[in-house]
Amino acid sequence: MSEKKRVGVLFQEEIGTDIYRLVLDAKSIAKEALAGQFVMVYPDGESTLLPRPISICEADPETGRLTLVYRVVGKGTTEFSGLKAGMEIDIAGPLGNGFPLLSKKAILIGGGIGIPPMLELSKRLDCDKTVVLGYRDEIFLNEEFKPYADVVIASEDGKTGTKGTVIDAIKAQGVTGDVIYACGPMPMLRAIKAYADEHGIEAYISLEERMACGIGACLGCVVKTKEKDHHSHVDNARICKEGPVFDAKEVLI
Amino acid sequence: MNMKVNLCGVEFKNPVTVASGTFGSGSEFSEYTDLNKLGAVTTKGVANVPWAGNPTPRVCETYGGMLNAVGLQNPGIDVFIERDIPFLKQFDTRIIVNVCGRSIDDYVDVVSRLSDSDVDMLEINVSCPNVKEGGIAFGQNPDALLEITKAVKKAANKPIIMKLSPNVTDITEMAKAAEAGGADCLSLINTLTGMKIDINRRTFALANKTGGLSGPAIKPVAVRMVYQVKNAVNIPIIGMGGILTAEDAIEFMMAGATMVSVGTANFHDPGVTEKIVDGMEVFCKTHGINDINDIIGCVK
Repeated sequence: MSEKKRVGVLFQEEIGTDIYRLVLDAKSIAKEALAGQFVMVYPDGESTLLPRPISICEADPETGRLTLVYRVVGKGTTEFSGLKAGMEIDIAGPLGNGFPLLSKKAILIGGGIGIPPMLELSKRLDCDKTVVLGYRDEIFLNEEFKPYADVVIASEDGKTGTKGTVIDAIKAQGVTGDVIYACGPMPMLRAIKAYADEHGIEAYISLEERMACGIGACLGCVVKTKEKDHHSHVDNARICKEGPVFDAKEVLI
Repeated sequence: MNMKVNLCGVEFKNPVTVASGTFGSGSEFSEYTDLNKLGAVTTKGVANVPWAGNPTPRVCETYGGMLNAVGLQNPGIDVFIERDIPFLKQFDTRIIVNVCGRSIDDYVDVVSRLSDSDVDMLEINVSCPNVKEGGIAFGQNPDALLEITKAVKKAANKPIIMKLSPNVTDITEMAKAAEAGGADCLSLINTLTGMKIDINRRTFALANKTGGLSGPAIKPVAVRMVYQVKNAVNIPIIGMGGILTAEDAIEFMMAGATMVSVGTANFHDPGVTEKIVDGMEVFCKTHGINDINDIIGCVK
């Protein structure tokens, strides 16, 4: 049984320009969470009604710590950025499906604010793996990956790592693998889907879309799929429920 | 204290249901709220065949509310009858099925298919602002509304609720047309057509350009329309539009609604419906109201 829970804030810090790390004391959610799942975070105000979907960056079942890393983009996230230790916030989760944990040489790709879920995934994948992180300019949340995987960086401005996209970095730095896990902006995911097709490797991608409920009822966040799914019967899978992680071959993006 | 209400001969344990489209067929919300506590579950619009709905983005937030242009995506009546009705029958609550279509024949087809089903009432969606054909085409023209109400009534063996659009000059004209067509009940309001522009990207926030505005931002408009319709017709009303709290629900009943629907608030708090039911009871106790029916349309 999922529920909307009021949880305590352990601490929050700004780890990059407008990028915040929020650590919550959320025992049952941290215990159940899988890498790639998300939570809905509920704003308090009457002018901001809709919960915000935020991916799980780290979930420690032992301590019950749930870490979210998000970018401030509007009213809701601005409100969350004001949370301090000792305050409380309503969240629901864990929601959606996580990444499958395959025993294959893996490439984990995170682009911008799609990087956070890759951290928990890098901890849980017990295999040979490389993490590829893509940034526009300022880099964040890269050191955290080093205990778990080799890290390769791409930046659009070329100040860190390979200049260009994550695909440019994979090619330039000779990264290879038999499965790709990715989360990031749509143009990046499209390029990864094409790259995986071309190289005949599996790819699991985490999608994002505007949502209202986050639990599968409002049908706001759908993605076109190759096959009709059991729920919609019109080849429109719900990103919040059937996703957010999809086999790249199954979705038309 | 009595919280039961009666609509067209159907008794409801309390006056609270949900607004169609915000609650699916209840299964997703059943993890967050006890469906047994609701007067009824009103299901998402269902057509005679599956509808794919509109492209994304389909939803966005606005001040004190949201816009949606889902476009009535639904799996069609066959799946609905096979999957969703049996699910809801596990609970001690009434079932109101919202019906959509592109033509009168579509609506009649769905209504006929539901004659053998164990559901309590049918709500006819003639007011969705987000689909080009059907829906709103019937809801903005009194002659078309009269015609479709008659056709649906003829095909149905269950009480019919006509769901009215606020996107009209005079909602009482539409209410009277539905009443003349034989409607047993009216529900109002559906969403108000709105638009949001993303000024950074110089584009519309929704792929459909326009969407239906819901949430507390529209509540005063909805309360006014319920009051107007109550004073224009003699059939009962299900009131909705921006209900977030028990006090909001009470306000709609005082304006003239026999039942109320909670919509967008379900997204803000998936457990809100049972809190509203409990809160209405508390309000009645505090104010010495022995029968909730006593407040219906109490403001004159």
